[in-house]
Amino acid sequence: MDTVATYNDKVVRQFSIMVVVWGIVGMLVGVIIAAQLIWPVLNFDVSFLTYARLRPLHTNAVIFAFGGSALIGTSFYVVQRTCHIRLAFDKLAAFVFWGWQVVILLAAITLPLGITQSKEYAELEWPIDILIAVVWIAYAIVFFGTIAKRRIKHIYVANWFYGAFIITVAVLHIFNNLAIPVSLTKSYSLYSGVVDAMMQWWYGHNAVGFFLTAGFLGMMYYFVPKQAERPVYSYRLSVVHFWSLIAIYMWSGPHHLHYTSLPDWAQTLGMVFSIILLAPSWGGMINGIMTLSGAWHKLRSDPILKFMIVSLSFYGMSTFEGPMMSIKTVNALSHYTDWTIGHVHSGALGWVAMMTIGTIYSLLPRLYNKDGMYSTKLIDVHFWTSTIGVVLYAVALWVAGITQGLMWRAVNADGTLTYSFVESLKATYPYYGLRLVGGLLFFSGMLIMAYNVWKTISNKQPVPVAVLDPA
Amino acid sequence: MPAFWHWFITVGTILFTIWCIWLISWSAKQGPHNIADDEVVGHKWDGDLEEWNNPAPRWWLYFYFGTIVWAIGYMIAYPGLGNWDGLLGWSQLGQYEEEMQDAADRYEPIYARFAAMGFAELKQDPDALQLGASLYASYCTTCHGSDARGATGYPNLADKDWLWGGTELAITTSIRQGRNGIMPVLAPALGGDAGVNNMVAYVRSLGGLAEADADAMSAQPMFVALCSACHNADGTGNPLFGAPDLTDEIWLHGSSEAAVHATIVQGRTSLMPAHGELLGENRSKILAAYVASLSAK
Repeated sequence: MDTVATYNDKVVRQFSIMVVVWGIVGMLVGVIIAAQLIWPVLNFDVSFLTYARLRPLHTNAVIFAFGGSALIGTSFYVVQRTCHIRLAFDKLAAFVFWGWQVVILLAAITLPLGITQSKEYAELEWPIDILIAVVWIAYAIVFFGTIAKRRIKHIYVANWFYGAFIITVAVLHIFNNLAIPVSLTKSYSLYSGVVDAMMQWWYGHNAVGFFLTAGFLGMMYYFVPKQAERPVYSYRLSVVHFWSLIAIYMWSGPHHLHYTSLPDWAQTLGMVFSIILLAPSWGGMINGIMTLSGAWHKLRSDPILKFMIVSLSFYGMSTFEGPMMSIKTVNALSHYTDWTIGHVHSGALGWVAMMTIGTIYSLLPRLYNKDGMYSTKLIDVHFWTSTIGVVLYAVALWVAGITQGLMWRAVNADGTLTYSFVESLKATYPYYGLRLVGGLLFFSGMLIMAYNVWKTISNKQPVPVAVLDPA
Repeated sequence: MPAFWHWFITVGTILFTIWCIWLISWSAKQGPHNIADDEVVGHKWDGDLEEWNNPAPRWWLYFYFGTIVWAIGYMIAYPGLGNWDGLLGWSQLGQYEEEMQDAADRYEPIYARFAAMGFAELKQDPDALQLGASLYASYCTTCHGSDARGATGYPNLADKDWLWGGTELAITTSIRQGRNGIMPVLAPALGGDAGVNNMVAYVRSLGGLAEADADAMSAQPMFVALCSACHNADGTGNPLFGAPDLTDEIWLHGSSEAAVHATIVQGRTSLMPAHGELLGENRSKILAAYVASLSAK
């Protein structure tokens, strides 16, 4: 077949498979460290297996390997379909796939070895950072190259979000990781003191805002209307919340540094814009849910839509929770407790993973020329396993976090602290147990998914899909 | 803050705020090309992807606008716009100082009673001991354990053995100024593996852990020459240096051959951090009395 007339779905298939693989790996490591919090002996006195080294491996694997593969893969699919043209630069697209996998592999080797920049979500050392930058720029060239040669005037809303995500992540990654190398495995940040902290959380919060929010909203804006077979609820709403979201997210980093040596003015602006961010965040939820509205009856028969509606609900919940936690008085209670971890997982499991899973179930059959997944029943089982898992997880850490916050601030009549730290730890154990159960459920759902995916695609020869002419 | 940055921050903040308000007002009007609210916009992608031109929900627009109004109010009241201090004059440093002053006002009378008491009296006073126990739980448990029985490398405070002395002066000094116990690396001075092994055997024989055979005894002159400065010629130690008594059954860093070997080959550095500034005079004394009371039981 003529290469111009078909979509490049090979790279999408590759990324989609790796989403499942890295999802299992990343969540397995998560389950292991959740268990280590209860039974520290599970590190077996092996340095590679200690909590401190596996924790960054977990976060990098789920955010950048699982989430990243999902975002890059689906963006390559969506941009071709909505531009009515084959992906630009086949070879560069292949480089993006293999380059990204090498980055993940290097992370999986260096992090357990303890090679780290000690910046949260930016632990990887400078040679890997350079490779990430190169792969990311190649990704941008492929994506925007495809946009540039599109055969339809209007750029679909999903592509705005994917585009914003690609540009911003490049800027965030490059500036936060500026460092002076002293050896192949060690570098020192270009920034020092509170400036370093501010750079880090400018990066850190926008990794949430643009990687885990804008990117996945792009995914949502294509796959939710497709799966529901309904038009997007409101074009106007998408315009307002897109331009608000990308403008406001940039400001909210300082709320990670409340009551620190960061100047008061920066803390105030971080908090104020985090509150303003609530409505624009909800804009995406409203547009997604209202798009599904009118297709509610489909929820009875289509567990993929169930994944999507629960995902949007968790998105709404955690984008409400986030601004609340950015208020100084709330933050004084929640900061440094497990509430933060619970909040992150409401977003990462509830929103990001649920949307990704629904999307992969929706996407894979199309990539392999099939009508649907091998088993709808198993998708339903996966749905319930994940939903119960994430609810248990979030509830456990809400209770744990608020308990810790209250115990840490409790003061006796003589001004001494009522509880020692270790007492608060002891009080947390039951919730660590509950959280492990939630995590295990979510993880086992991924195994069900892997089986279903395997049965769907094995012995299946994909057929190239012809590019659709614009209407 | 330099004037440039003041204006940079202030103008930037105001521009972004105006941007949000403009978006809201744009959205409130009818959509692109005067398409009716309940029609699709007219673009179509990938066969069936379309968009309605529904208006954004009113409640959502009001809510969005409400957060902006609140934000403007907050930035007038609190420091945020560059050099602007805010009408309320709040700062986190001010809040800290106020809370510390509050605490001082509330708790000083309680401590005033204890300040007048002597060490021996404090050790008997139930209120002082309860306060001391709270202080201990907050500041000491991390290393010495919640039962005060320590761990390898961390002294047991509940027994009658004192590394740095158990007097009022010794304990309060340990708390206020901290202690830095150093066992130097001595392997190079012992003449190779055989010398080290003999010394291990000799040291363990002092504590009755091993036979004082000929090999062990061959290290005795070296012990007198190298170790006696701190541990005394008879191995009974010296609290002035925090040098442990090697003849009793208490071994801070372990009594196995491997542990004693490591102590001699690698040396040991033990650090008790200074707590004087953190706790202040009164609380240091109350804590010392509590610690002293532990071994009196």
